[in-house]
Amino acid sequence: MNELPQQLANGLILGAMYGLIAIGYTMVYGIVQLINFAHGEIFMIGGFGALTVSLWLPDGFSLLAAIPLMIIGGVICSVAVGTAAERFAYRPLRGAPRLAPLITAIGLSILLQQAIWKWYPEAKKDRTFPQFSGDPVHIFGADVQRGDFFLILAAPLCMLALAYYVNKTRTGRGMQATAQDPDTAKLMGINTDRIIVMAFAIGAAFAAIAAVGYGLHNGQVGFKMGFIMGLKAFTAAVLGGIGNIYGAMLGGIVLGVAEALATGYMADVPGMEQFGGGAWKDVWAFALLILVLLLRPQGLLGERVADRA
Amino acid sequence: MTTLLEVEDLRVAYGKIEAVKGISFSVEAGQVVTLIGTNGAGKTTTLRTLSGLLKPLAGKIIFDGQPLNHVPAHKIVALGLAHSPEGRHIFPRLTITENLQLGAYLRDDKAGIDKDIQRAYELFPILGERRKQAAGTLSGGEQQMLAMGRALMSRPKLLMLDEPSMGLSPIMMQKIMQTISELKAQGTTILLVEQNAQAALSLADHGHVMEVGNIVLSGTGQDLLHDESVRKAYLGED
Repeated sequence: MNELPQQLANGLILGAMYGLIAIGYTMVYGIVQLINFAHGEIFMIGGFGALTVSLWLPDGFSLLAAIPLMIIGGVICSVAVGTAAERFAYRPLRGAPRLAPLITAIGLSILLQQAIWKWYPEAKKDRTFPQFSGDPVHIFGADVQRGDFFLILAAPLCMLALAYYVNKTRTGRGMQATAQDPDTAKLMGINTDRIIVMAFAIGAAFAAIAAVGYGLHNGQVGFKMGFIMGLKAFTAAVLGGIGNIYGAMLGGIVLGVAEALATGYMADVPGMEQFGGGAWKDVWAFALLILVLLLRPQGLLGERVADRA
Repeated sequence: MTTLLEVEDLRVAYGKIEAVKGISFSVEAGQVVTLIGTNGAGKTTTLRTLSGLLKPLAGKIIFDGQPLNHVPAHKIVALGLAHSPEGRHIFPRLTITENLQLGAYLRDDKAGIDKDIQRAYELFPILGERRKQAAGTLSGGEQQMLAMGRALMSRPKLLMLDEPSMGLSPIMMQKIMQTISELKAQGTTILLVEQNAQAALSLADHGHVMEVGNIVLSGTGQDLLHDESVRKAYLGED
């Protein structure tokens, strides 16, 4: 049997998840040059927000109808935590040496994980996330789980909405200006504090949407899920060229597909038999990162030149 | 004549180092006022404080009857004070048109904005020819034109220009200075900071000479142009 379509489908779904989370890293970095290492936990919080909504709904409520409500719940939780982190953890450190907000981000990430572990009911183990019933759909030679269609639809829709927002709206234009030259943006009348909050909020909302996709894909959410997903999404953002929103999605897809192909085919490469399968997929993902950083340090779509004259 | 800008005993510090040590001057509506002086005299610091990017240590800034001391930078342009910063600071990855539109960020009159963009293209035809180009690809002089055009897009009551001739070729410098005198003829009120004292004083109504944070000499542009100490210190004559 030809496995290629299946591996590509797996890679695309995983990549869509990485890409959606990577947007948050890249937007925040693009505007305040901060790597928000708590972003993985903002993603995790979104998963628990969505789970909470699904638990509130009466038995027998259709999952398809529940999904918009779960998205809203997840987005509200992620955005609340993301913007609060900006306001109370990062903003007071603006202008401080770069290491300070970085350490704060790591601390925040541990805090959020432990808070869920401690206070969310029965969250010490992974919690079951609602699943679509029914067989996988056979499409283009691949079997796609019903729940995965969520990400297949959500990722391009989110990207279209974001591209429209950034390029066609006034605040979006203000966001580009702030990323390129914050002081001069203020001279134009742009409230750059508000723009920074918007960047955190959009990133958090996209992470929450990714978390709903994650829950539907894996059938569970857990307090630790943000760690490796956050790291992979950060890798995707760097791979695509940090600061570039299209690069983040591209980096996510490339990373997801590379991971899926390595999982599926590495064992067939002579001499590499023992490196195939899922256990090695993280190794290949990070090996790809190292390779890109060596050969194209600015990332796939990154700007090469420093253009702040 | 009405006083548009009144600066009284303004002091600004970076940490413990005072860069502006208590200066006072005013700008009347319709005037061109220039601050001249060498590097480090505090000219740019003064402008950055007026537009809210730096907070004053002490002193009063009154613009159009309103104190500015505690107004955040992004609200100052709405009051009618536009700033074309030193080093031009155009948005390099946005097109020329987009840069001009950002100058009108707070305006809602789409038709008026489009008209003003056309006016900027008439003032600087080269910008019109390259309107779809990323601003970072322009030459230094063209970027300066864009920065000035962008500052004009807010229809300011007072236009602050910081070193518009810096780093430009003599021809480009002449072109920029000529544009400033055109703007003056149209009645634009301008606060001009320049190292090129000759050019600045020739077109200014009033001038102030700054040295290490203080105003050491004030007068009409013509007076200063003919002042012996100014000629010696800034116009390269012995």
